[in-house]
Amino acid sequence: MAGKALRGYFERLGNQVTSGVWQLGFAARFFGYMLLHSGTALRRFSLTIREIYFSGVLSLVIILVSGLFVGMVLGLQGYHTLERYGSSEALGVLVALSLVRELGPVVAGLLFASRAGSAITAEIGLMKATEQISAMEMMAVDPIARVVAPRFWGGVISMPLLAALFSATGIFGGYLVGVKLIGVDEGAFWSQMQAAVDVREDILNGVLKSVVFGIAVSWIAVFEGYDAAPTAEGVSRATTRTVVTSSLAILALDFVLTALMFTGGSAT
Amino acid sequence: MPDSNIVEVENVWFGYDPGRAVLRDVSVTIPRGKVVAIMGQSGCGKTTLLRIIGGVHLPTRGRARVLGQLTSGLDQDGLYAMRRRMGMLFQFGALFTDMSVYDNVAFQMREHTDLAQDMIHDLVMLKLQAVGLRGAAQLMPSELSGGMARRVALARAIALDPQLMLYDEPFTGLDPISFGVIARLVRTLNDALGATSIVVSHDVQECLDIVDYLYFVADGQVVAKGTPQEIRASQEPFVDQFVHGKPDGPVPFNYPAPEYDVDLELTEV
Amino acid sequence: MNRSTIDLWVGILVAAGLGALLFLALKVGNLASFSSAQTYEVKANFANIGGLKVRAPVKSAGVVVGRVADIRFDTETYEAVVTLSLGAAYRFPRDTVAKILTSGLLGEQYIGLEAGGDSKMLANGDRIKLTQSAVVLENLISQFLFSKAAEGKDNSK
Repeated sequence: MAGKALRGYFERLGNQVTSGVWQLGFAARFFGYMLLHSGTALRRFSLTIREIYFSGVLSLVIILVSGLFVGMVLGLQGYHTLERYGSSEALGVLVALSLVRELGPVVAGLLFASRAGSAITAEIGLMKATEQISAMEMMAVDPIARVVAPRFWGGVISMPLLAALFSATGIFGGYLVGVKLIGVDEGAFWSQMQAAVDVREDILNGVLKSVVFGIAVSWIAVFEGYDAAPTAEGVSRATTRTVVTSSLAILALDFVLTALMFTGGSAT
Repeated sequence: MPDSNIVEVENVWFGYDPGRAVLRDVSVTIPRGKVVAIMGQSGCGKTTLLRIIGGVHLPTRGRARVLGQLTSGLDQDGLYAMRRRMGMLFQFGALFTDMSVYDNVAFQMREHTDLAQDMIHDLVMLKLQAVGLRGAAQLMPSELSGGMARRVALARAIALDPQLMLYDEPFTGLDPISFGVIARLVRTLNDALGATSIVVSHDVQECLDIVDYLYFVADGQVVAKGTPQEIRASQEPFVDQFVHGKPDGPVPFNYPAPEYDVDLELTEV
Repeated sequence: MNRSTIDLWVGILVAAGLGALLFLALKVGNLASFSSAQTYEVKANFANIGGLKVRAPVKSAGVVVGRVADIRFDTETYEAVVTLSLGAAYRFPRDTVAKILTSGLLGEQYIGLEAGGDSKMLANGDRIKLTQSAVVLENLISQFLFSKAAEGKDNSK
């Protein structure tokens, strides 16, 4: 009796793994097809601009407010930790490096996935459930070119902009708390930061990270929407999957990218 | 005269899963200029047949020839070229919810033609006038009733004057007035456009009034066909049950189940 | 929501995003220094570079005058060969001393140049002859212990 249950468990596990691999292959083919058919999204740029509005502009509020608060917390916590080693003047360095290298791309990516990624998935999934996608196909318009690709590129373009805004607002928040509130020396704050933050190593790498995250989140969001079961339940499950998968992907990619970018150099 | 048939479905078999065939050896001919109904119960395969005609699925066996071409021989470009000569009305309209009524009807014109904006404007007004909704041009789909939405979808489907119109359950869920409006539109638009129409439905009485020919599908096979007069007079048990809405007949009332007294636990198996 | 409003807001987003990037590059990072300025290269050999990394600053009198461009290992002399990239405006005499120093207690290591008195200046491709290696903590400790042990021996004699 237990043997049968155990066997059933392993069968289900194997089934999940194989269907997971199959999903991944399907998602990869979908990605390739979408890239090949991105011509429309780029030629009729107004479609993409509309999507930049819906994923980028409408995420501005959450990004800016979160950035400000994260920066302020960094300023507060950073000061109290650095103060113990008499290095409170390095606060600017701490805040800037944390944001530009890690928190900017990662937290902005997570927020983007929850707000814009889930919206994209829901939108595409609902279009599928109400047969709008089929209607488009029957009218000889490729839905992947017309509906999916603009949303993908809209996300990819918005992400780095939002991450940069997050980092900038965060640094400002750190400045507000550190210099204005607590009283760290303003000159030391900025000068040490400028000395320690390198444009190529830190800022460019941070931008690169946010581009990679943008591609990952947008890809997952459009794929889950397109692949959703055409029912209300199917759409809701797809939206949840987008947020969960995107978040895990961002954190995993962050580890890989950080290892490549920031520690690879010290091997010499 | 093969050219006078817009659609020829020959001995088509099809199943979504390899084991279960939804359509078994189905043959249907749609002559030019006629309105033909494909009727049957829910799940009998009539929508699948419509999809095969629309090129959405390829038959597992047999051939489907639409507008002079075999659907199995088409690549994506060929398929899209064929579809530009067809119009399809979906069950609940399937309007694009992020665009106005005007933009919905203008969609195909903007995507497939290079017409100037004022030309498109005139055409959109023409199409909306044909379905009686010219005044609703600036409304959004969410502001329309079910019947109005379906009429707008119809205007959208005929935007490029298609040669073949496909209707997937166009009467579902409509009030009697909207019902009558759509039914009348199906007939008049077909004749006005010089097109051919295929209506998939299970609303017998309306279809008998407007179509030229009917096919009855049950269990994936064509069980009866004929003109409305022939169908009305038919003694064939399934047709008789279907047309007159009898609860029991070839299609049983009871879903297969064990003996009643076994279920009530009055007798041991 | 009409077209022009959308375009306006997208324009604002893109402008703000690029502005943030510019702010980060200029005010937060050190884009202004040495990216396009003229530089020349000199080499220096060290017995031990300690924790010196590529792109570490080269300072003289506390002012940044260049960057460490490359660090290699010479298999013949078993020494580290460090390539310094110095700003063209800063010329140093041929007998300049290059030392590896630490900035602050926990700080990063950098190269400090102390100018000599030679009338001839270092040119591109020259080598700094006088160098001082990094202070390695273990050597310092063993030196200290050794000298303490020697002291103890002397006292007990």
